[in-house]
Amino acid sequence: MVACHGSTLHRIPLLNAEDIEKVAHLARLGLTREEGQAYAQDLSRILGLVSQMNAVPTDGVEPMTHPDEAGLRFREDVVSGEIDRDRLLAVAPKTRDGLYLVPKVIE
Amino acid sequence: MTLTITKIAEDLAAGRCSSREVVDDLLARIKAHRALNAFISVDEEAARRDASAADRARGAGGGGILAGVPIAHKDIFCTSGVKTTCGSRMLADFVPPYDATVVQKMKAAGCVMVGKTNMDEFAMGSSNETSFFGPVRNPWDRDRVPGGSSGGSAAAVAARLVPAATGTDTGGSIRQPAALCGITGLKPSYGRVSRYGLIAFASSLDQAGPMAQTAADCAHLLSAMAGFDERDATSLDVPVPDYAAALGTDLKGLRIGVVKEHFAQGVEPAILDVLREALREYERQGAVLVDVSLPNSSHAVPCYYVLAPAEASSNLARYDGVRYGFRAAEYRDLEDMYKKTRSEGFGPEVKRRIMIGTYALSAGYYDAYYLKALKLRRLIADDFARAFERCDVLAGPASPSTAFALGAKNTDPVSMYLNDIFTIPVNLAGLPAISMPAGFVGGLPVGMQLIGRYLDEARLLNAAHRFQEATDWHARVPAGI
Amino acid sequence: MEWETVIGLEVHAQLKTKSKIFSGAPTAYGAAPNTQANVVDAALPGVLPVLNGEAARMAARFGLAVGATVHKRSVFARKNYFYPDLPKGYQISQYEQPIVERGRLEITTASGEKVIGITRAHLEEDAGKSLHEDMGGFTGIDLNRAGTPLLEIVSEPDMRSAAEAVAYLKTLHTLVRYLDICDGNMQEGSFRCDANVSVRPLGETRLGTRAELKNINSFRFVERAIEYEVRRQIALLSSGGQVRQETRLYDSARDETRSMRSKEEANDYRYFPDPDLPTLVLTDAFLAEVKETMPELPDAKRRRFCAQYGLSAYDAGVLTASRELARYYEEAVEAAAVEPKLVANWVTGELAARLNEEGLDIASAKVTAQALAGLVRRVADGTVSGKTAKDVFEAMWAGEGSADAIIASRGLRQISDDSAIEEVVRQVIEANPKQLAQYRAGEEKVFTFFVGQTMKASRGKANPAKVNEILKRLLAP
Repeated sequence: MVACHGSTLHRIPLLNAEDIEKVAHLARLGLTREEGQAYAQDLSRILGLVSQMNAVPTDGVEPMTHPDEAGLRFREDVVSGEIDRDRLLAVAPKTRDGLYLVPKVIE
Repeated sequence: MTLTITKIAEDLAAGRCSSREVVDDLLARIKAHRALNAFISVDEEAARRDASAADRARGAGGGGILAGVPIAHKDIFCTSGVKTTCGSRMLADFVPPYDATVVQKMKAAGCVMVGKTNMDEFAMGSSNETSFFGPVRNPWDRDRVPGGSSGGSAAAVAARLVPAATGTDTGGSIRQPAALCGITGLKPSYGRVSRYGLIAFASSLDQAGPMAQTAADCAHLLSAMAGFDERDATSLDVPVPDYAAALGTDLKGLRIGVVKEHFAQGVEPAILDVLREALREYERQGAVLVDVSLPNSSHAVPCYYVLAPAEASSNLARYDGVRYGFRAAEYRDLEDMYKKTRSEGFGPEVKRRIMIGTYALSAGYYDAYYLKALKLRRLIADDFARAFERCDVLAGPASPSTAFALGAKNTDPVSMYLNDIFTIPVNLAGLPAISMPAGFVGGLPVGMQLIGRYLDEARLLNAAHRFQEATDWHARVPAGI
Repeated sequence: MEWETVIGLEVHAQLKTKSKIFSGAPTAYGAAPNTQANVVDAALPGVLPVLNGEAARMAARFGLAVGATVHKRSVFARKNYFYPDLPKGYQISQYEQPIVERGRLEITTASGEKVIGITRAHLEEDAGKSLHEDMGGFTGIDLNRAGTPLLEIVSEPDMRSAAEAVAYLKTLHTLVRYLDICDGNMQEGSFRCDANVSVRPLGETRLGTRAELKNINSFRFVERAIEYEVRRQIALLSSGGQVRQETRLYDSARDETRSMRSKEEANDYRYFPDPDLPTLVLTDAFLAEVKETMPELPDAKRRRFCAQYGLSAYDAGVLTASRELARYYEEAVEAAAVEPKLVANWVTGELAARLNEEGLDIASAKVTAQALAGLVRRVADGTVSGKTAKDVFEAMWAGEGSADAIIASRGLRQISDDSAIEEVVRQVIEANPKQLAQYRAGEEKVFTFFVGQTMKASRGKANPAKVNEILKRLLAP
């Protein structure tokens, strides 16, 4: 359905197990071997789709990060809004003495 | 069965029924149609209490058209004290301590929330099959998908379980399910409706909007939802028109751009026939058809599948099991807790997109993927700007197919992504667009998409409303409803 | 072989805003855990950042003060990494397009003046705090600090010694307090420093491999940490080893730096423009306002003190070390209406010594500028001698009242009347015939004996100059 532009065949990046492992680690996702293999295939296919972008020349085109190009609005420097530690911590998996608890971080 | 806001408001005003009665009736219907799986949670007690309160308030006088009108919220909007799951195991038990701005505004307008609707996990999907709470079924054919990601909202409105629901649209998540379920759904211009409290998928694309049976109802809903919010830096500080008041303008001389690329191969031919007939109705009302081209729109899907996952990979990093939400039961250390929590808490499609987005932003690939996509985004937006020099709205299909069978596209993410080929370019450009029922193919609804200029929602709503005054596709009811 | 040290510094200055950079939560230090964090700081699903305009204003003020380019357009980016005290899983910072670039700071060391380049300064949010102690095998997370605005100031690798690094830090520290953008409290972490340190053979132009020193929270430790690290690197290279590019922690108790144990994985922060925050645009009007409200900077003030008050460069430097001290001095000068140099002596002398002894800053001085002026005036008009004035100052510090009140109640008024002094001197001479004979026989050192006796007889109140003059006259044969 997505039209293929021009006659150039674009190299579709193929991801190997090592790439997948590296990306999964950056994203802190634990994948089994099978999942890793399945993702390698899926991601390669998606990157194949995505690589169609290469057919379009974009030299000198200004990147568009945002639909609204007006500048950032400023907030006034005033303390506002409510702070309710009990409500905040009520939804946390593990807390003690007003702190969130996680397994010990080794520096 | 007519279940529109306009009708309910009339009945309430005339004293023909109370809000409480309407809510009781709908709660019974929701129960009866539980098999659709349109809702993730329904708080009957709260809905009845709020409806009774609305009745008392109306008795005391005052209140707008939405006072006492029952609605549902997509489960992506944070609701204070009410479970908000975003369709994910990660947030299956999450009860936010605050209301999204949209929720606040609907409350302020007097709406009564009856429940939270099912959705694709973190709004990532076009079939509602990625929900942790199971797929939603299409009221027109229960073996088919309702579309996604706002599939629960679309099915609930189509099955007349609520007159209206909120949705969100990042790449078509309001318009595509609206099309597949035979209802009307509007994606407003980026910045028109506050995103505060809307659980983020892709921040530069997400936008909340109304889903209802008619464009007139959408107009009432948008008037209540839209407006500047100081808590959202991307919210626009511009006046909100009274959209309902703008309905009824005749369409003489309205220039409708017929997008060449959208009337092309890849779309079911019968769908194109339905749309051509719909365009003839517009011509009968005095509109003028103009051929236009959006040459770069075919790159929108690749562009989107870099940008949206990239933003999502970052937006979803906060789900780490530390401050809220799911945390894995067993883990060796912090790293292990992160990895187990995130791989057990997220479903396969969410993980797939996090992986893609992480890859696209990683060292060595940023320029080739992310930066390239930002440049394409500019080209796609420029196409629209050129087209709107020659016409006032653009018309085309909302989806290349009618509702497909459950499970049909599950195995191939790419074929699933291509469902949104006509809706995605609109999000990339930040424009408003509406999807409305335009006919049927094989007993299934067909949606027509109208795309407008930036902030020109009023014109879209009016154009859809005039069409709905002349047709009754939007009033058709699925069998068994 | 001779080695050259190369140092670049990264300073994180906490900006003195009332509320956080992207949320309305307060920024107070030392509150109970998680009582200064709201839903935005805790990164609940659906929350969004909105920029505190004051943070942008403070960054612009700094940029103008160091002669840098303050960009009209700058971009907030997300720096993505996982850490439990980083609630969103990313830090909002500025990356490719910072708000301030290319500035300079003039420093003075024993070996003279030098200009240090400032590469950039950018806005970012602080993270929360991880507490590892006494948590029974857990780490506790306190988000009070999360979202506090920071200005990260990055220098060029222009410094060649620990002394230069300290001079740069002190100058920067003075500047940010002058600009009223940072309280400079190093103990509370309001002004933090990381140092990039490398060495290279003298004459080499390429940079050596650097180590990044973290966790140095005082000027003294900066100096020590750098000196230790330089010795370590030179020893390593001299013995044929190689410096590893790594992050090292300074341990002040052991006075050494050590490699951070966490595994050295290559960080890939995946920076990209934050889609929640459009481009930060500073208008001409905004920048003009910042320029107009710019306070007098340390350099300018020092030059003015030399010119206006006739002070030495040294005194002017001491008196302008902080805005508060400079204000104190100018208030005292105005109130005293005497020779400004005399006031400077008192401020840099007795007052500074007392503050130093008690570990106080000028804001908590127990003698106000007006009160000190009252004392200096009495020294200038000869009411008390400099020596007596020191006792009066001590009494003032102890809270016994104004200079005049103390002089009156203790009867310290100096005797300058010639006839009164002459009367005392005559009595002293009459009482000491032996010493008179010695003096007249040529033993001139006996003169000091007579001065001492005269002062004693007058209970220290006789004007010493007059005593000298009269003694000389009456002792003469």
